[in-house]
Amino acid sequence: MRELLEGKKVVALGERDGVSGPAIEACIKAAGGEVVLSATECFV
Amino acid sequence: MGSDVSEQGPVVSQARLVLAHAPGMVRHGSKPARELEADPDLAEALFGSLRTFEEAMAYPPNQAFLGALHPRELPERPWVSASADGAERFAPHGEHMPEEELLGLMAAVDEFELLTLGEEVCERAAAALDRHPLGESLDLDRLGAAAGDPEEAAERPGSLPLHLGGEHLVGAMHRADEEDVALHAPVLLENLAAKATATLALLHLVRGADIDPDSIDYVIGCGEEAIGDRYQRGGGNLGKSVAAAAGLGEASGADLKNFCAAPIPALVVAASLVSAGVFQRVAVVAGGSLPKLGMKFEGHLKHEMPVLEDVLAGAAALVERDDGGSPRIRLDAVGRHTVKAGGSNDRIMRALAVEPLERVGIEMLGVDDYATELHNPEVTEPQGSGNVPERNYKIIAALAKRRGEIERDDMDSFVAERGMPGYSPTQGHIASALCYLPHACRRLTGEGGAERVMMLAKGSLFLGRMSELSDGMSVLLERNPNGG
Repeated sequence: MRELLEGKKVVALGERDGVSGPAIEACIKAAGGEVVLSATECFV
Repeated sequence: MGSDVSEQGPVVSQARLVLAHAPGMVRHGSKPARELEADPDLAEALFGSLRTFEEAMAYPPNQAFLGALHPRELPERPWVSASADGAERFAPHGEHMPEEELLGLMAAVDEFELLTLGEEVCERAAAALDRHPLGESLDLDRLGAAAGDPEEAAERPGSLPLHLGGEHLVGAMHRADEEDVALHAPVLLENLAAKATATLALLHLVRGADIDPDSIDYVIGCGEEAIGDRYQRGGGNLGKSVAAAAGLGEASGADLKNFCAAPIPALVVAASLVSAGVFQRVAVVAGGSLPKLGMKFEGHLKHEMPVLEDVLAGAAALVERDDGGSPRIRLDAVGRHTVKAGGSNDRIMRALAVEPLERVGIEMLGVDDYATELHNPEVTEPQGSGNVPERNYKIIAALAKRRGEIERDDMDSFVAERGMPGYSPTQGHIASALCYLPHACRRLTGEGGAERVMMLAKGSLFLGRMSELSDGMSVLLERNPNGG
């Protein structure tokens, strides 16, 4: 699992009514990726 | 009625909603304004895709909004090509006002002569509002003061031209200060539109239900507009301004801010003030959100649909001591999204939809209707923003499954029976559960068939860049045990 995103830089765009930025960020880090930007937006 | 204030309510005794058709103001919505400035050639497609008043009025979700039918009675989509049978301007929850009258209404509540309208429009709007059931409550003399030359008005420095429909110039909104951007025309137009639509909703409530205007002690504004000058941008107070415009001479008021979620804390605060005996009658009001007009217009044009975000909304509710019939507000079952709950939607929904019910020993199946973010998916999906209510309902159903109240196979029926399709214009705080309040009052009284309704709203704190958090609050409404 840790090597899934090893060496990858990731932009995490979350959504208030779906999956938030911090939640995506936690998954990416667990998969060995580097989060270069994380944000949560609202589309309504 | 006993002397113990805890037994004196609170209840929601009245709730009203209004829509005001505003296709001419779509160009001043935040997204269209930016895109038109970047590409003026967009104007032809945008203005050519605006709906007529009759089309907007007959749009089935708008009819559901105004109470002609329950949202669960909406036909299968697409709604955009459908037309509600027998759609009428005046409906159980309020009305759908045409744009010319909206401009007249804005002039009638404009105390600073910020708005200029052409003489013909002023005359027609004044005549229409004079015939309006609420016309006698409006200061129609102000329309005379607003009358002027649209061309001259639009050319004044800092003025914003106003149109009827696509391109028919009818007037202008003026800035109140040359240097203060908080008092420039675009901001004041937003605020005046919000004041006008909130006032219209409150007048429908007071006059429609034959409430003595002087019996209302306090008005809480819960819209999203930033009222104030450069020294206190967003400081408020629209609540008292609306109270004054609606002729509530004995009322004071203030605003409660929490992005889209504000109406639920406003209801809870209103109920708390009543429950504590501070005030006997508190109104909660919200006006329309002009920046959100045309917010998803690009998706609509891409799919050859009309621009559906062409209406401003308004809402008003009255909270008072138990009248022996109106739905009770359960102050012991308020859900709040705490700081430590973090940002995951699952945690937020648990805090709002599960924890307050557990606290008072009610199962999730004990709630007949859940009202959450009720944005119309036909508006949001073409732009790629998805079906917001459906996403929230699926999480609520999953929480019921996790609690063991339903099986996995029952989740769809849970959503279908206790949720509903999104039907609200994307008017921020009004789509956030508040638009269901008049339906909730009808469901919880008489033959409405429901015992409990949960109102659940979320707000996006992170948009202000002061916190990464979002917020939310829920409140449980219940049929009055004394006879509802």
